[in-house]
Amino acid sequence: MRPLLVENARVVDPASGTDARGAVLVESGSISDIALNGPVGVPDGAEVVDAAGHVLSPGLIDMRVFTGEPGKEYRETFQSAGEAAAAGGVTSFVMMPDTVPTVDDGALVDFLIRRAQVTSKVNVLPAAALTKGLAGQELTEFGLLKEAGAVCLTDGRESIQSTALLRAAMSYAANFDMTIVHHLSERGLTGEGVMNEGLFATVLGLKGIPREAETIPLGRDLQLAALTGVKYHAAQISCSASVELVAAAKKRNRMVTAGVSINNLALNENDIGRYRTFFKLSPPLRAEYDRQAVIEGLRNGTIDTIHSDHDPQDAEVKRQPFAEASIGAIGLETLLAAALRLVHSGDVDLLTVLRAMTSRPAEILRLPSGRITRGAPADLILFDPDYPWQVAEHKIRSRSRNTSFEGARLAGKVMRTIVGGKTVHIHTEED
Amino acid sequence: MAQDSAEQAASSAGSSGDFPPFRQRHLLSIADLQQHEIIDLLDRAERMVPVSRQERKLHPTLAGKTQINLFFEPSTRTQSSFEIAGKRLGALVVNMSVKTSSVSKGETLIDTAATLNAMRPDVLVVRHSAAGAVELLSQKVGCSVVNAGDGAHEHPTQALLDALTIRNHKGRLGGLTVAICGDIANSRVARSNLLLLGALHVRTRVIAPRNLLPAGIEHLATEVFTDMNEGLKGVDVVMMLRLQHERANGKMIPSIREYYRFFGLDAEKLACAKPEAIVMHPGPMNRGVEIDPAIADGPRSVITDQVEMGVAVRMAVLDALLSQGAAA
Repeated sequence: MRPLLVENARVVDPASGTDARGAVLVESGSISDIALNGPVGVPDGAEVVDAAGHVLSPGLIDMRVFTGEPGKEYRETFQSAGEAAAAGGVTSFVMMPDTVPTVDDGALVDFLIRRAQVTSKVNVLPAAALTKGLAGQELTEFGLLKEAGAVCLTDGRESIQSTALLRAAMSYAANFDMTIVHHLSERGLTGEGVMNEGLFATVLGLKGIPREAETIPLGRDLQLAALTGVKYHAAQISCSASVELVAAAKKRNRMVTAGVSINNLALNENDIGRYRTFFKLSPPLRAEYDRQAVIEGLRNGTIDTIHSDHDPQDAEVKRQPFAEASIGAIGLETLLAAALRLVHSGDVDLLTVLRAMTSRPAEILRLPSGRITRGAPADLILFDPDYPWQVAEHKIRSRSRNTSFEGARLAGKVMRTIVGGKTVHIHTEED
Repeated sequence: MAQDSAEQAASSAGSSGDFPPFRQRHLLSIADLQQHEIIDLLDRAERMVPVSRQERKLHPTLAGKTQINLFFEPSTRTQSSFEIAGKRLGALVVNMSVKTSSVSKGETLIDTAATLNAMRPDVLVVRHSAAGAVELLSQKVGCSVVNAGDGAHEHPTQALLDALTIRNHKGRLGGLTVAICGDIANSRVARSNLLLLGALHVRTRVIAPRNLLPAGIEHLATEVFTDMNEGLKGVDVVMMLRLQHERANGKMIPSIREYYRFFGLDAEKLACAKPEAIVMHPGPMNRGVEIDPAIADGPRSVITDQVEMGVAVRMAVLDALLSQGAAA
């Protein structure tokens, strides 16, 4: 592999707080040198890329991606998800275990890692199921799953209802230093709800989901995390009260972290408009004041990570009446650009936004990537934060087209994506 | 009304010269209508009433048009009303109950829409159990669509017929106070009525146990009550809603007996309303659950008038959407 020198870049590395002009040298798949505000040696035979002043940052690590493969390849494969990820600046993503079969066995984890290495342009990191078949009844083999390469434990879009079982899971996971990533939904309160509970749901005649369907299990989880000493990550929080709960818990327990879907950062319940099912999401889009609270949580460090919640669903299941449509939207290709909205609006600075998609997920999952430091894997992206573009359905690389940013005008485009020192995506005018 | 004058009124009913063209292509929601459009539809309906009362109940402004009543959930009352309305206007009316046919074979709503669209109807009258389903369907067909009830969202012709009934009995709408009582949370009738009455500056009250009041209802109704006696004080109209039985027996409310005691309309509670207050119900009624049989069938009940106005309103809506001058 030829050495690769990216020069004339704005190097932004949240892990070290760097935001400076410079160059980065990549050799043998790893970052071998970083030169800020000064010259850098060019090895013989190196490919030199002029960054033209664009941002060079660690590649994004997306902690919540549903792939479709295995079992529902018509929705998404590792290959198509990899294409979308590379174009969106995501160099690693955690795949959720809600596949067919469920990722609840070490052998399957092993297979998926091998398969993804062959078919995907980016790193696919399997998350293993917390309970067998995601049924919330029996624990999976945490130790064996970790040995096979699972990066964390989660039941994906399922939420454990049994407090006793969750306590057992947390206690046992702590033995193996595995992070439990938990989706929050109290089933009885969520009921048949399909959007945020409030006036807008009432006007539309849709059943609402109260914020308490999230805050009640969150409060329980935070207490259990303190009790068991596990590394606990609230998968995705959506409302003001949840931000307050996490902030309070973090004062007592440093093992607690929280994530947010880009959808809950960039959109609110009003985007549903007249029953637009691409905005049917879990957790639901909340009120604007919730969105503002979540942004503040990101700004002050209460919220650690931003993920795409990439959930490909085919047209058949989305072109339905709102209450009957499937939940979920794709997001790998738009994650960075949608997050940059917060930067362009002045709500959050660039380092903070990037930290939530690079070094923080890496720290939570104990990954060597997510930072620009010597010896780290050369998973890098070069992006123009001001490049204007419009999301067009026919250009989407995912197999499914259910984007909640359809037609959105965004600023920020990935010019080059590098995974393990290899360029896997270069922007063209057709993009 | 004497036979002659009825014939005379009917002869001019709905003629395009009397009303400006109706600019809506569909009737999906009261929320889509401007105040003047609501009044226009009520006035049109008023002119349709004599048609139903005359001997030869035909006013064939829709001759040659095809109306398909597409009901994804059963409804004898509304479906019959639309069928009669269409036939009195001379349309070819086809009733389709979809629940037992294509949907059970896995066909989606969109598939059904495409199939029906190919049959070139002029109007689809649609009822569906899911909020927004009728609007989704309207986006996929080339003809006008009338919402005959979509989930807990809206039932616009019910609100129009309720308003017409009130106007006929009270001579006006403005300045009145209307109380809507019962299962507000799950009622499309309540939503459409609140929107319509609000648009006409009618004071509205909702009265229900707190867990049958949806979030944010205070933004749709003028006043919110959880006590019938308090809420009915001085009202001009008492509109009762059907309680769905699955909500009783410990799920949403403890029992029918308790519900009737505190939220059923009986003589004692009705005495709180104005002496000349009328009692309405969209039907079908649960006598002894939300309403005392003696009141349902008593002199203050205008429930059968509502049914009659239903046909007139539906004739008016179909005529407005399809007759010459409409923007379809």
